Amino acid sequence: MATTKANKRQDRSAGRSCKGKTGAQIFHEMLLGEGVERMFGIVGGAMLPIFDVLHGSPIPFVLTRHEQGAAHMADGYARSTGKVGVCIATSGPGATNLTTGLATAYMDSSPVVAFTGQVKTFLIGNDAFQEADTTGITRPITKYNLIVKRVEDLGRTVKEAFHIARTGRPGPVLVDLPVDITATKCPVEPDLAPDLPGYKPPLRGHMRQIEAAAQAINAAERPLFYVGGGVISADASDELRALAEKGNIPVTTTLLGMGAIDEASPLALKMLGMHGTACANYAVQDTDCLIAVGARFDDRVTGRLDSFAPNAKIIHIDVDPASISNNVDVDIPVVGDARNTLSRMLERIQPRDRSAWLARIDEWRRKHPLRYATQGHIKPQEVIDILGKLTNHNAIIATGVGQHQMWTAQYYGWRRPRQIITSGGLGTMGFGVPAAIGAQFGNPRKTVIDIDGDGSFSMTMVEVLTAVRYQQPVRFVVLDNNYLGMVRQWQEMFYHRRYSAVEHPCPDWAAVAEAFGATGMRVFERSELGDALKEMLDCEGPVVMHVHVDPDENVYPMVAVGKGLHEMDLGKLA
Amino acid sequence: MRNIISALVLNKAGVLARIAGMFAARGFNIDSLVVGRTEDTKLSRMTIVAIGDDKVLEQIRKQLDKVIDVVKICDFADMNYVERDLMLCRVHTPPEKRSEVVEVVNLFRGRVVDVARESLLIELSGPEQKMEAFVDLIRPYGISELARTGVLAMQRGAQAKRRRAAKP
Repeated sequence: MATTKANKRQDRSAGRSCKGKTGAQIFHEMLLGEGVERMFGIVGGAMLPIFDVLHGSPIPFVLTRHEQGAAHMADGYARSTGKVGVCIATSGPGATNLTTGLATAYMDSSPVVAFTGQVKTFLIGNDAFQEADTTGITRPITKYNLIVKRVEDLGRTVKEAFHIARTGRPGPVLVDLPVDITATKCPVEPDLAPDLPGYKPPLRGHMRQIEAAAQAINAAERPLFYVGGGVISADASDELRALAEKGNIPVTTTLLGMGAIDEASPLALKMLGMHGTACANYAVQDTDCLIAVGARFDDRVTGRLDSFAPNAKIIHIDVDPASISNNVDVDIPVVGDARNTLSRMLERIQPRDRSAWLARIDEWRRKHPLRYATQGHIKPQEVIDILGKLTNHNAIIATGVGQHQMWTAQYYGWRRPRQIITSGGLGTMGFGVPAAIGAQFGNPRKTVIDIDGDGSFSMTMVEVLTAVRYQQPVRFVVLDNNYLGMVRQWQEMFYHRRYSAVEHPCPDWAAVAEAFGATGMRVFERSELGDALKEMLDCEGPVVMHVHVDPDENVYPMVAVGKGLHEMDLGKLA
Repeated sequence: MRNIISALVLNKAGVLARIAGMFAARGFNIDSLVVGRTEDTKLSRMTIVAIGDDKVLEQIRKQLDKVIDVVKICDFADMNYVERDLMLCRVHTPPEKRSEVVEVVNLFRGRVVDVARESLLIELSGPEQKMEAFVDLIRPYGISELARTGVLAMQRGAQAKRRRAAKP
């Protein structure tokens, strides 16, 4: 499959001469060759030659309101479709505004390619108007970046950027384009073949390691899969399910791994970690063989490291050798792509009855379910719970960062990969609105909902204008608890309720939405909630639904920083 | 623990910044970093002396390998290798002490490259330990200026050369 796609891409750019074309024209040819379907961004002086070529281009351009929005849209598009997302910004402030989006994509290994304008090559370093050292600034937050200083190199560089972004452990790549380069005609036929002698992403896991891992799994009484975003980006969820079902092995997922297994399956334990389910966390502490796939033992997942999975032999399958044995010592490392590795492991896994282990997990699940109260204020969990049922757990859900994000992970009920679009690694508040719009552009026939908090929504809500202008029917559900809730929760639990800078009054978001040209809705009472959510889902255009939820609700379970996963606070209802 | 890692990197703009930045961002400690041309005009060699335990050094290797401009890593930990550091050192040398100092320089197979009335400029190369031993001996005379290149290293024997042909 992958080869056919790659060939097709090559075919489309092959046979076209680039000699005599301007840098901007070559750029455009290359994007067509890569099969780019859409770009997000903002124009500017240093990008004028590029935008002149985009005039009348078959690749539609989405003009966002802020470059951060463009980067998150490209990211949301990429995560929801598996294709590379493309964003464009001008030099200086345009480029610096992209940085949060690039860092977000970098931390979550999302394939994004960013093109930035740059001042003329002979002005670089002169503090020219709208000059910034873009490659310098973005070096630590991109998988790779480059400035093109000769028009002959432009085509090849664009090709390399897409190749690097989508292969291996995916990630953002930035290409900086000085305005004189994009305006110059290429005097010779440029060599377009990628030249990356230092880039050889490891794809096939070592057979001996796969054998060793399979043996350890076969020997284990209580094995457990701990699955992260690597399984999603490698499209390995079918392979994972086959393995889990064959060996009767339960699966817990990280925030970015949600949807790698259908949560309706009895083998699914939902999320682990700081706000993971009790059964997932207890299972981690009890397992004798932890199989990490495409996950990196992040501190939010492991809790206190020296008490993490104390009884387990640890197998770690990851495409990035640097993430293996980084945070925890691994017994059996397998460097390779999740899909390739899992599929080759399948025939080596013996079917085994593990009903005692699954029964133990089931008991934890029954004893400590996720739960919330249903009196008084609308509970944020309830909104998500109902949304899950109304959409048959099948919508694409973007989130901001904070309490609402954790509740969404816990309560939505994930069915399939690429369903949750959320900033896990960087924790970028404001991600939800633009990421949802990007996901909607990539999935025009699917329901896309941004479940957002009042804090996160405030940061990027200007992009609702973009949804309105391009008629993207995204549903924005703002769970307003009048606080920057996650920080308030920490101040309540660890700082003696000294609430400092967390009160967060909001305007009537429904009225704002109406002024923006979207539909606005506002919900105060539980009795209205179900019908309002139904109405929102039936609405045509973009909708902003402002829901006033319980200001004092906390996220549970919670593993405090410095505690082991078994030392969860299960909350007042437990 | 001190460890020498050598990396063949693409000879293009920004590579040094990329690698130095990676070391800073990941909090790795480096003692010295030397960059220079190689037999292939497209490649430079970086020789890095890094401090850390096995785990840190493993991460350094992996993170270096992950840098797209790095073509190949060589870690000298389990190898037989030659290490060289070049030093220029100005020593306060009144005429009556000159022969004494020159004798020390000769014992270390160094060279006097400049002579002034009250000082000698000395050039010395060798492994790190030798340089330090020399500095200890010469310090009592008064070192007014000292500069070192940092460590270069290369594997002994025929093995290292074999790989050159395989490079694209």
